[in-house]
Amino acid sequence: MTEEANGFRKIVYLSFPPEVSNRPVVCNLALLFNLSFNILKADISPRHEGSLTLELAGREVDYHKGISYLKQNGVKITPASQKIFRDEDLCMHCGLCTSLCPTKALCVNLDNRKVEFDVEKCSACGMCTRVCPVKAMIVDMNENDLR
Amino acid sequence: MAGKTKTGKTIAEINERIKKGKAVVLTAEEMVETVKRLGKTKAAKEVDVVTTGTFSPMCSSGMLFNFGQEPPLMKASQVWLNNVPCYAGLAAVDAYCGATEASADDPLNKVYPGRFAYGGGHVIEDLLRGKPVRLRAKSYGTDCYPRRELEKDVTLASLPGTWLLNPRNCYQNYNCAVNMSGRTIYTYMGPLKPGCRNANYATAGQLSPLFNDPFLRTIGLGTRIFMGGGIGYVIGAGTQHNAKPPRNERGIPLSASGTLMLKGNLKGMDPRYVRGLSILGYGCSLNLGVGIPIPILDEEMAWFTGVADADIQMPVKDYGYDYPNGISRTICHVNFEELKSGSITVNERVTPTVPVTSYSISLEIAETLKKWIEDGKFLLTEPQDEILSM
Repeated sequence: MTEEANGFRKIVYLSFPPEVSNRPVVCNLALLFNLSFNILKADISPRHEGSLTLELAGREVDYHKGISYLKQNGVKITPASQKIFRDEDLCMHCGLCTSLCPTKALCVNLDNRKVEFDVEKCSACGMCTRVCPVKAMIVDMNENDLR
Repeated sequence: MAGKTKTGKTIAEINERIKKGKAVVLTAEEMVETVKRLGKTKAAKEVDVVTTGTFSPMCSSGMLFNFGQEPPLMKASQVWLNNVPCYAGLAAVDAYCGATEASADDPLNKVYPGRFAYGGGHVIEDLLRGKPVRLRAKSYGTDCYPRRELEKDVTLASLPGTWLLNPRNCYQNYNCAVNMSGRTIYTYMGPLKPGCRNANYATAGQLSPLFNDPFLRTIGLGTRIFMGGGIGYVIGAGTQHNAKPPRNERGIPLSASGTLMLKGNLKGMDPRYVRGLSILGYGCSLNLGVGIPIPILDEEMAWFTGVADADIQMPVKDYGYDYPNGISRTICHVNFEELKSGSITVNERVTPTVPVTSYSISLEIAETLKKWIEDGKFLLTEPQDEILSM
């Protein structure tokens, strides 16, 4: 894939109603829209509501087509970055959260020694909400999604 | 301990300059450059005080408090604050709320790794934030103290006495923790991934109080300090104080060594610098901000306070097997500048580093203390008894 084709990247959180969870919609993103996907987290069982955190990469126009396709098929989509946020008043900028952050969305700025949170890189895995000793990282998902 | 040189200043002389608004005060970070530029002799003449700071988990901390009598009188034998058990084996209505004590109904590590949502450190922070805290006390009853039960809401303002009384704070140097085992472990240094995939380190390096006075020449019983945003005092050596550690050529200890016992009135502190902690899989604790002013009495103190991150070596220890088994093996030493760069090399493997101490708030503390001294609001004190360090 060329660089241009791969230029757009986004992490999304998908929820599948029970009736959709047995259909192969995700692999069609690659087949129909030329999008490459990286599964960051998955929790899908037949006949139950499932959830999937995907990093999608490809052309922006294809990304939007792919997202529409998912919506048409009953999949609910939330950008992962809307799932998690930091309480700036509580954060002490210690850096402990960077220990388990899998996507480096949380990292220490080497100049001012503050912890930066790049929501675009965040996969909303929820590790930081458990590691943060002052509960400054807040995730808006039900607890079971974090297991 | 090295002797004073002839060209020295006294603390009284420095205080005179502070009162006149003429004292030259630098943070420990600014002093690094100053000593490099001017040399220790000139720096000693120009600089009066260097301020340090650290904002780090300090587990060996707690609040001594008196909750006042409500007739009929009581000698409490069991006390809880927001359901966190306090030590009540003291007279009448005195008790001690330890920072690491978890709430009485906390599941601890039964569901591993435990989250330790609320403990003694959180009680202290809640009081500082002005929140009411539920006090519960029980007693067996005596002729002079007949009351057997007491339950009421207390606040920082309503408690007759509240002091942070910390047996061991401000560690001089500390371990850099890695995990050589095959599973993720949850320690007081934070989570450590298997196979040495992260290295967690504490202290504020060149800003850290006891790296700036490695032989504790100016710090002793009675040294007035910035404590939790208010005023506190050093009241002696902390528990586990090691007076004779191995040192590098600058006198910086090569392993965890000196510690301080601190006391300060909680009333007057700021919750920004006193934070309850929930350390995953380990327990509750307290993050405390401490800043100690170092008087530049002579060129030796100028030299000491000129310490830079690169001059500080920290021991890398395995917390997977060695540490829990009491094996004192050091894998290697790395300097603080390398730790701050984001990665170190351990056994030829590049390992990302993770700070546990907030450097930015440590610096904020050193700057706040500097401002207090410049404004003439904070005078230095003479230590009344020394803390052995050699």
